[in-house]
Amino acid sequence: MKAGNKFAIGSIIIVVTLLALAYVGFTQSKTYYHTITELTTLRGSALHERMRVSGNVRAGSIEHMPGRIDFVLTEQGKDLTVSYVGRDPLPDTFKDGSQALVEGKMMPDNRFVAEQVQAKCASKYEAVPDAAPVTNAPQAQPSAPGGQTSTGATTQPSGN
Amino acid sequence: MDILGSFALLLAFLAAVYAFGAGIVGAVTRRPLVTKSARNAGMAVFVLVTLTVGILEYFFLTNNFSVSYVVTHSNSALPWYYKIAALWAGQEGSLLFWSWLLSIYAFLVLFLNRKKHPELMPYTGVTLAGVQIFFLTLNNFVASPFSVIATSGTGGTQTLAMLSEGKGLNALLQYPEMVIHPPMLYLGYTGFTVPFAFAMAALLGRYPGEKWIHITRRWTMVAWCFQSVGILLGAHWAYAVLGWGGYWAWDPVENASLLPWITGTAFLHSVMMQEKRGMMKVWNVWLVFVTFMLCILGTSLTRSGIVSSVHAFAQSSIGNWFGGFLALILLVCLAAWWKNRDYLRSDNRLDSMVSRESSFLFNNLILLAACFAVLWGTLFPVLSEWFTGSKISVGPPFFNKVNVPIALFLLFLTGVGPLLAWRKTSFDALKRNFAWPLLGGVLAGVAAFIGGFRDVYSLICWVLSVFVTLTIASEFLRGALVIASRDGSNLVTAIGELTMRNTRRYGGYVVHFGMVLIFIGIAGIPFNRDVEKEMHPGDTLQIGKYLLLCQNFDHVENNNYGADRATIEVFKDGKSEMMLYPERRLFKTSQVTETKVAIQSSPLRDLYVVYAGQSPETGAPVIHAYLNPLVKWIWFGGIVVVLGTLLALLPNRRAAIVLKPVAETSWGGAVADGLPAAVQSVVRRVGSSE
Repeated sequence: MKAGNKFAIGSIIIVVTLLALAYVGFTQSKTYYHTITELTTLRGSALHERMRVSGNVRAGSIEHMPGRIDFVLTEQGKDLTVSYVGRDPLPDTFKDGSQALVEGKMMPDNRFVAEQVQAKCASKYEAVPDAAPVTNAPQAQPSAPGGQTSTGATTQPSGN
Repeated sequence: MDILGSFALLLAFLAAVYAFGAGIVGAVTRRPLVTKSARNAGMAVFVLVTLTVGILEYFFLTNNFSVSYVVTHSNSALPWYYKIAALWAGQEGSLLFWSWLLSIYAFLVLFLNRKKHPELMPYTGVTLAGVQIFFLTLNNFVASPFSVIATSGTGGTQTLAMLSEGKGLNALLQYPEMVIHPPMLYLGYTGFTVPFAFAMAALLGRYPGEKWIHITRRWTMVAWCFQSVGILLGAHWAYAVLGWGGYWAWDPVENASLLPWITGTAFLHSVMMQEKRGMMKVWNVWLVFVTFMLCILGTSLTRSGIVSSVHAFAQSSIGNWFGGFLALILLVCLAAWWKNRDYLRSDNRLDSMVSRESSFLFNNLILLAACFAVLWGTLFPVLSEWFTGSKISVGPPFFNKVNVPIALFLLFLTGVGPLLAWRKTSFDALKRNFAWPLLGGVLAGVAAFIGGFRDVYSLICWVLSVFVTLTIASEFLRGALVIASRDGSNLVTAIGELTMRNTRRYGGYVVHFGMVLIFIGIAGIPFNRDVEKEMHPGDTLQIGKYLLLCQNFDHVENNNYGADRATIEVFKDGKSEMMLYPERRLFKTSQVTETKVAIQSSPLRDLYVVYAGQSPETGAPVIHAYLNPLVKWIWFGGIVVVLGTLLALLPNRRAAIVLKPVAETSWGGAVADGLPAAVQSVVRRVGSSE
């Protein structure tokens, strides 16, 4: 057999093996992103998939209970009650008003049980764009070269 | 002064446009004067962007809180080195920093080659200027770093304002690595522009032979080295700052930095196929193109927020610019390749499965597979949303399932490949080269198995690591013995001489050895342990052989932050070993809390202690302790990789005599001062032998 053909066969074996591994890894770890609004429209099996939902933590909704922490995520006026049952303490950035991303499953009583919570402190790297929901102050505009543009930063609360 | 900065930036943009336009005219009409003026314009970009960066840094150091970028990324109590590092803490500054580093590379390329390669350089200059135009467009018209602050008065009038204090630098970035990590990674990202420019130039100018590969090999290694350092520093930062006990999470931003590194690695290997055998020409050109595109993609992923990441970069419209630029590069690459594809015809075919060629082919196949898997997993949320409407992400299990076998196969090739002969390797040669290393590896594996090692992947990794180390050692030894017996020198001198004669080959072996050390470090992961416990003063926690006794909790303050601190005494076998002080810091201006992990690192294991916060139920402090074996090997391996790369960058001894006897004399002398005595004598002899 020609070396080129042998190489081709070897390559096919490798690629097929990797595809199989990729498929297994994919089914084990695929997670759907949904918005809170979308959750109400989900039906059947889609409701039982592992998913991630993001929203803002409603101020004053964080409650410490034995073995879990409850809070409410809001997004575009819709609420989602979340129970965090994970082992790790919640991240420092998780507080009233912060953006949070929860990962877990929906329960039949419309409560979301989260095993992981990531909180995006809105100020990380870029304070201004993420601060939009909590302020009416004008946003920073990219300025023309040499130009001077109002950023309104004087009236803007820090984005945390 | 902000106006001066903006003006310099605008001039830089115009200079780049001129370098681009005049460069094309010069290359087409072959008028040396036009080409020269284009080159000068290209070098002027560097001066102008440097001025801009200097002005912005001056604003940071003088606490000029009238500039909005300074306000959002600094405050007066910030130590001076973080003020300097704040330049690359945000969107506008990072993009300016990109432009600046690129302008440094462009300046060096244009200046060092000003009298060389007259056929190649005009096209190279044009390609570099083209990339610069894109970034300077962003700097000037999309994300200007010099926006100033104004207050709106009555009747729509606006007055310039100077704030009394800035909002402070993100607490996560206030860590020594953050001063070095972004510049290293960016030097990697921008550095790959240079081989891209040369490859494009060679293709467009139909530059004969493999010359462009010789010219770009060193540039690629420099970029690759920076990229490696950048990735490892990022991993170390994640390990030491984020307090989750790990260093790699397959986060999109991490993946973005890994992608060009993988294709860059593939390129550094497959170029040898082209140099030695005239094969894989199309492949090499495309590897360089793809590496550059992945650099742009990586920059765009980190900056645009199209893929959500724990690094939480902002959503911004900048993604569209990058998308457009990527599409443009792809079009240009496709067009350049299609038009000149006959220039890239291969000279040879594969002769045998057991040959150096086939090991390179498998190396490239497997690296590309890894790259594709990582890219696919990273972009899957975006792709699935486009095609199915629902956004689906994949997690670490996917990446690990695919990449761990790939990595092990690569490790295997690392040992086997370099010892296979070109064209065809005989069975006798195989036996001669691999019998002992293979036996050593298997024995080490058996010993580990008896010692209780049961994790399959870690065990394979261990066997292969020993095997590869032995093959590398045998290569050094075999060559050194020949030299030693001929010259009568001792073995150490002979190894030094051997290495300096073919720095590329033996430097490469050192890099391989560094990778082995990194693999050994990673193989420790399955043996990680952690314990989390509420602790009051006097409480203890047992992890492995260590007993942690909580002595005290207190509070410390400085200008920048206040910190809750735990004082923990560590006992091992009943003896007091050390004190650890994990902290939680509350930064005053930003009101952000951060953990400061206490790490006791030794070659065998890291004891990693985190003050995780207050228990939600009782309010008592929670201590999370991790025992991570072998992590230190990763950082040490990184250092070895860098040293190996530097070694491979040194000129060869023999080549030095043949090619440039006079010029190399002073160079050899200068280099010799920084090397160990054994190597010095060799280099000195080179210097004196002419």
